[in-house]
Amino acid sequence: MQKAETAMKNEKQQSGPFIQRDRNWHPPAYTPTYKTSILRSPQKALLSLDNTLSEMTGPVFGHSLIGELDNDLLQNFSQNGDLPIGERIVVHGRVLDEKGHPVPNVLLELWQANAGGRYRHQKESYIAPLDPNFGGCGRTITDDDGNYTFRTIRPGPYPWPNGVNDWRPAHIHFSVFGQGFAQRLITQMYFEGDPLIARCPILNTIPDQAAIEQLVAPLDMANSLPMDSLAYKFDIVLRGRRSTYFENRREGN
Amino acid sequence: MPQSLNYLKETPSQTAGPYVHIGCTPNFAGIKGVYEQDLGASMVNDKTKGERITIRGSVIDGNGMALKDALVEIWQADSDGLYNSPFETRGTADPNFSGWGRSAGEMDTGEFCFHTIKPGVVPFTDGRPMAPHITFWIVARGINLGLHTRMYFPEENTANQADPVLGRVEHKSRVPTLIAQKDGNDYRFDIHLQGELETVFFDI
Repeated sequence: MQKAETAMKNEKQQSGPFIQRDRNWHPPAYTPTYKTSILRSPQKALLSLDNTLSEMTGPVFGHSLIGELDNDLLQNFSQNGDLPIGERIVVHGRVLDEKGHPVPNVLLELWQANAGGRYRHQKESYIAPLDPNFGGCGRTITDDDGNYTFRTIRPGPYPWPNGVNDWRPAHIHFSVFGQGFAQRLITQMYFEGDPLIARCPILNTIPDQAAIEQLVAPLDMANSLPMDSLAYKFDIVLRGRRSTYFENRREGN
Repeated sequence: MPQSLNYLKETPSQTAGPYVHIGCTPNFAGIKGVYEQDLGASMVNDKTKGERITIRGSVIDGNGMALKDALVEIWQADSDGLYNSPFETRGTADPNFSGWGRSAGEMDTGEFCFHTIKPGVVPFTDGRPMAPHITFWIVARGINLGLHTRMYFPEENTANQADPVLGRVEHKSRVPTLIAQKDGNDYRFDIHLQGELETVFFDI
């Protein structure tokens, strides 16, 4: 099945090891201004391992998994057809790899607070109220060109116990599956122009300002729906695969 | 100036935060009716080939406390050593085995649990056999980039001794952090984020 589809597109599907992860681009494990990391950060050197089959492969999910409303957070927890409170937005983008190739069949799972900055979770105690029509989770799978779309409300910022008066900028959490388990990634999307971005201890775990900006979705008027929803575009880049032309590989591996 | 390589940078990671269960296991988090069931809750069915096993464990912080807000995923080969992935080129894996599991942990204790099968042998890059193993991936509040590690089996002493990945661990005293313990009929695999028992994590 997979091979036939590839042949039709006249494109060689790459199956080699993934390009080494640039760990200076990601936040380091130990980031004391984000206090919870202090006791949860490994302190010993990681064991470097060029990918084996255990890392080059990974679960791939079929489009049949996705229900009709799974990517529509306006409606997927709606009670009696009522809509959640908040600014209606479309969040869309592409999933690409480091070489710029679109990555199809990527499962994206997202979760977020409601318009008041409150999560639907029993351990959450912020005074902002729950919204009876907002669950806060959604999922979708990218199409052949790596595209995805969600519809939701813009989440609110909220305070959290770290510093005395730390606030999270408005954000949406993304969990991303690529084609191999080595690509597995969780990240957060932020909104252009949010003054809390520069003040966020979690965003500031990332050492490079350009990497921080990679997590900020611009307002995308070209995809906004008149009299309906603003749009934000958030592209996601997963690790690319290394070309293996000159590598010694035994038959059958 | 040389030509530009024009490569993109990988999207930087951010912590999964305290509410990862809302997005990844919403039914567990009490958000019912959005998805029929939580993804990765079940890896096997009645027809799955192989020896049924159960793996339990905790993710433990630098103060010896078990995390209650972690999310643990595993990825493994079937009983013949084949991965249920489009990128498996050696054959077709058991269609009744997903190879992938996800556990939110018990609400009170944080202990994760997987009902799966014991994986077969998968070759290393040079063709040598790797001892049966399961890949683990751990995310949680306070973990800035998901942690990869492996679990090996205590009864596979000979295979473990010859395993090319375990052989790369420089401090041999740390190898046992990658080997589960037999606990009755089950396996126990505790993951220590810090300290003397810190699990060997992988940069893959």
